[in-house]
Amino acid sequence: MKSYHGKSVYGGIAIGKIRFWKKSDADIACYRVKNPDEEFIRFEKALSEAKNQIDNLKEKALNEVGEENAEIFEIHKLMLEDKDYIESVENIICNQGINAEYAVSATAETFAAMFSGMDDHYMQARAVDVRDISDRIVDILSKKSESIVSYNEPVIIVAEDLTPSEALQLDKSKILAFVTFKGSLNSHTAILARTMNIPAIIGVDLISNEDIDGNLAVVDGFSGTIYIEPDEEFLKKSYQCLKEELEKKELLETLKGKENTTLDGKKIELFANIGNIKDVSLVIENDANGIGLFRSEFIFLEKNTFPSEEEQFAIYKNAVETMAGKKVIIRTLDIGADKKVDYFKLEQEENPALGLRAIRLCIKRPEIFKTQLRALLRASFYGNLSIMFPMITSLKEVCDVKRMVYQTAAELESQNINYKIPEMGIMIETPAAVMISDELAKEVDFFSIGTNDLSQYSMAIDRQNEELDEFFDPYHKAIIRMIDITTQNAHKAGIWVGICGELAADTDLTQTFLSIGVDELSVSPSRLLPVRKKIREIDLRKK
Amino acid sequence: MTEFTFTVKDSSGIHARPAGLLVKEAGKYSSDIKILHNSKQADAKRIFSVMGLGVKCGDSIKLVINGEDENLAKKELMEFLSQNL
Repeated sequence: MKSYHGKSVYGGIAIGKIRFWKKSDADIACYRVKNPDEEFIRFEKALSEAKNQIDNLKEKALNEVGEENAEIFEIHKLMLEDKDYIESVENIICNQGINAEYAVSATAETFAAMFSGMDDHYMQARAVDVRDISDRIVDILSKKSESIVSYNEPVIIVAEDLTPSEALQLDKSKILAFVTFKGSLNSHTAILARTMNIPAIIGVDLISNEDIDGNLAVVDGFSGTIYIEPDEEFLKKSYQCLKEELEKKELLETLKGKENTTLDGKKIELFANIGNIKDVSLVIENDANGIGLFRSEFIFLEKNTFPSEEEQFAIYKNAVETMAGKKVIIRTLDIGADKKVDYFKLEQEENPALGLRAIRLCIKRPEIFKTQLRALLRASFYGNLSIMFPMITSLKEVCDVKRMVYQTAAELESQNINYKIPEMGIMIETPAAVMISDELAKEVDFFSIGTNDLSQYSMAIDRQNEELDEFFDPYHKAIIRMIDITTQNAHKAGIWVGICGELAADTDLTQTFLSIGVDELSVSPSRLLPVRKKIREIDLRKK
Repeated sequence: MTEFTFTVKDSSGIHARPAGLLVKEAGKYSSDIKILHNSKQADAKRIFSVMGLGVKCGDSIKLVINGEDENLAKKELMEFLSQNL
């Protein structure tokens, strides 16, 4: 078994035989023609035929991959109508007396080189588009017929690179995966693969070689790996993964777009927890109503120095813009305890879980917190952003941080920088906060219950210590009662309450949370649909 | 002859899709329409030329319009740019 790595374009597992996709391009001959004017007319006819073909492809794309992806063929048509392009071909044919096929391919190379030489990855990737339209004309000129390529059995397509029209020409039902040596994440093939939900890997470090044609392979689109001639044990494991994935897909298809409503009509919001901007795509894929917990500390944990305001702003803005109007709740910095960052230069503590962490650190180190608040308030201008503060134990802390938010807003106002004051909520993850939740509720827009820390602090059990597992009860009545108290106090003050800890994803408790009246559950993206499924099966009228 | 400048706000700059739309829009007028960006110049009716400018978000471009319908073209293009880029 050999494995090769590349960049993942679309996740998923595929198992099947490799079909090596070979471009039909034998070297294009270059020769002088007797009558250049006739040769140019031959080119013009081919050009008009190419435009017709592209119109048809556009139709096909509209039906298969949607309007946004079909637009590329509109661009291709404009490229075929481009006067610079046509003039270049005309010059080679008419002034130099060279054949049309060569004139087209030489022109293609000139324009492709222009794109390749640009300093922007997106534009560099456009070289493929020029080659795509030019290959089409050359094929027509040399009377190669275009046809849908179909295989007897579904195959894994391995190719040097695929142009958008090649990718679309393939019979979709017979393709298990795309694997290419070249290609960029911006290539249309990559975009098409994502839209068609086909596992795809690009930039694989496999040496171009057709010996692998017909070999059995496993494509792991999640890790970006292709395994050629897998051994039996690995194959068995892969079939298991494939089966699980298919079950997940099935779940997705039956539940996507459906509401999170119980049989008796009670509705609950289902949001996703994420720790990285890259996870936003998973949130959308699994159809969350919003992001209920964006752990902003990951931005700090991944770096060796403090992330700047601009860096943070770009990440938060990207998140709200990608979620397009859906709620994005960003939790402010929760560093300390088990999450340590060297450059914060924090003192060693005897008892870090009860130490200088989360909101306490932010209040003690306002310069760090201010930078984050500025970035958050600015990003809030661009979408539906909310912020929440972790580890709150007192009313004073809430008033302190709110004052800092308003100060930051005043500062941005005086600097004429766009901002919006977001909705502000707090994490309920200490027993103290539960006990005074009636007072806290009057000061904030929402509560989010962090069940992990709340359990640890309520039961005085360190969750890192395995020795204590026998004493730990995730369903302890104390926790359920605290969720109940918090929810009732929130509702009395007219604010909503969610749960973003691990318990939120526990389908054995979904019914309990619904009965208590919790308004929102925030779970990891992979748990969204199982929880939705559970919600839709519950009938609160039955005990 | 008439001209105006415009600052591109689209986060991807003038990428393929807006370039395509711009070329189509410019094609509606008989006037000669040039786009100036840094030291480069492009014919707004030619897609390779427009994409070759490599205009990025925040860049400013100048449009120089010359011809019979230049005033109408200027008005419509200003509107088009502010809506699409």
